[in-house]
Parts: sequence; structure tokens; C-alpha cells
Amino acid sequence: MLHIVNKSPWERNALDSLLRIARSGSVLLIEDGVYAATRGSASEPRLRGAMERLAVYVLRPDAEARAVADRIIEGVTPVDYGGFVDLVTAHRNCQSWL
Amino acid sequence: MDTPDNAGMAEGATRKFMFVNRKAPYGTVYALESLEVVLISAAFEQDVSVAFVDDGVYQLKKGQQTKGIETKNFSPTYRALPDYDVEKLYVERESLDARGLDVADLIVDVTVLSAAEMGALMEAQDVVISF
Repeated sequence: MLHIVNKSPWERNALDSLLRIARSGSVLLIEDGVYAATRGSASEPRLRGAMERLAVYVLRPDAEARAVADRIIEGVTPVDYGGFVDLVTAHRNCQSWL
Repeated sequence: MDTPDNAGMAEGATRKFMFVNRKAPYGTVYALESLEVVLISAAFEQDVSVAFVDDGVYQLKKGQQTKGIETKNFSPTYRALPDYDVEKLYVERESLDARGLDVADLIVDVTVLSAAEMGALMEAQDVVISF
């Protein structure tokens, strides 16, 4: 399953909940969700822990717009809009965590 | 003529739909909207599951009294879901525990799942719609 998060981890609990529930698959961070993938943030350890079982991606245009593209955690893969589409088609289902 | 949009919904094809509720009932319109979509989907004879996670578990809390906020109390509708053949209701145990609730506090019979079990159930769906 592809899990999509579009809110900051400090505004909503969507990321925490999906990390608690999801066992495998991929996470794509978009919009304000990209802040969760920044080095030195409070969410970094949680995300690093999850990367043992989940592949994590960020939507690069959203990271660039927010001036955090240069501090994305190692091992998180930036994708463009085409990559977003590829991720959707590569998984049998997806869930947007509101 | 090709009708690709209908190909997946061919007659007799039943797909597994899960509706995931993560919001408390009256602070936003999500819970009510979700309930309406669940009822609509049941009319299409799909295999419907409804999950309650995080503040979504508050939707099922017994004893809602909404007269004072001049809002319709829609919680009795959850009890009517079996009449629409929606019988698969799942609640995540961690969300209940975090809120000091247990199944005796809920207005309907549910299946309680661990977070990992809930994750596995989500994986098994054809379509997951989150509220």
C-alpha cells in the first residue's frame, strides 16, 4: 500500500498513526508532509525507525517550495510528479491520510 | 465501444472498500460525510468495511446528547448499518486505550484489532477512503 501524508507532523497525527498501523509498503510525503523528512527535526528518529519496513519518498517540488530540499533525511527518496504517478501505479492500493 | 471506466465494475464484480474514520463527530463534518458515503456504497453492493482509528473512535461513543449544540445526533445510524449489509466494523485497540475507552463504551458491536492487524486489513482492500 502507498500511504500519502500532506500535513506537518506537528499539526496533525496522520504520520504517527500511519507509522503505528502500516506494516509494509511506501510512504509519500507531500505538501506540508515534507517537513517530517527533514534532518534534525523531532520526527527524524521516528521516520528513520519506520524506514526499516517502509520505503519513504518526498515530493521534490513541495520540498523545494518550502526550502527544505537540501536537508532531506538520507535514505528518503525525492520524486517529481511523474514519480508520484509511478508510485501510485506500482502499489495495489493507496490511502491518503487526512 | 470501449468503456474502460466500467471495466472494473462489471456486473457481479464486488470490490473490497474500506472507509477509515479518524475524526471526532461534531468538530468537523468528516464523520457525518463518511457515514453518508458508507450508506451510498452499501447500495452498490460492495464489500464494505468501516474502520475507526484515532479520534474516529469517538464517533461510536455511547450517550451522545446533541440537543444543546443544535446538531443532529447521527450516532444511532451506526446501529442501523447492519440493515444496509454493512456489518464489518473495526476499531483499533490502541486508539481506544489512549482515550480511556473500551468496547462497553461503544454504541455498536465492533471487532477490535491491534494496529498491526488494522494495517494488514487495510493492505487487503481494493479501495481505501480516508475521512
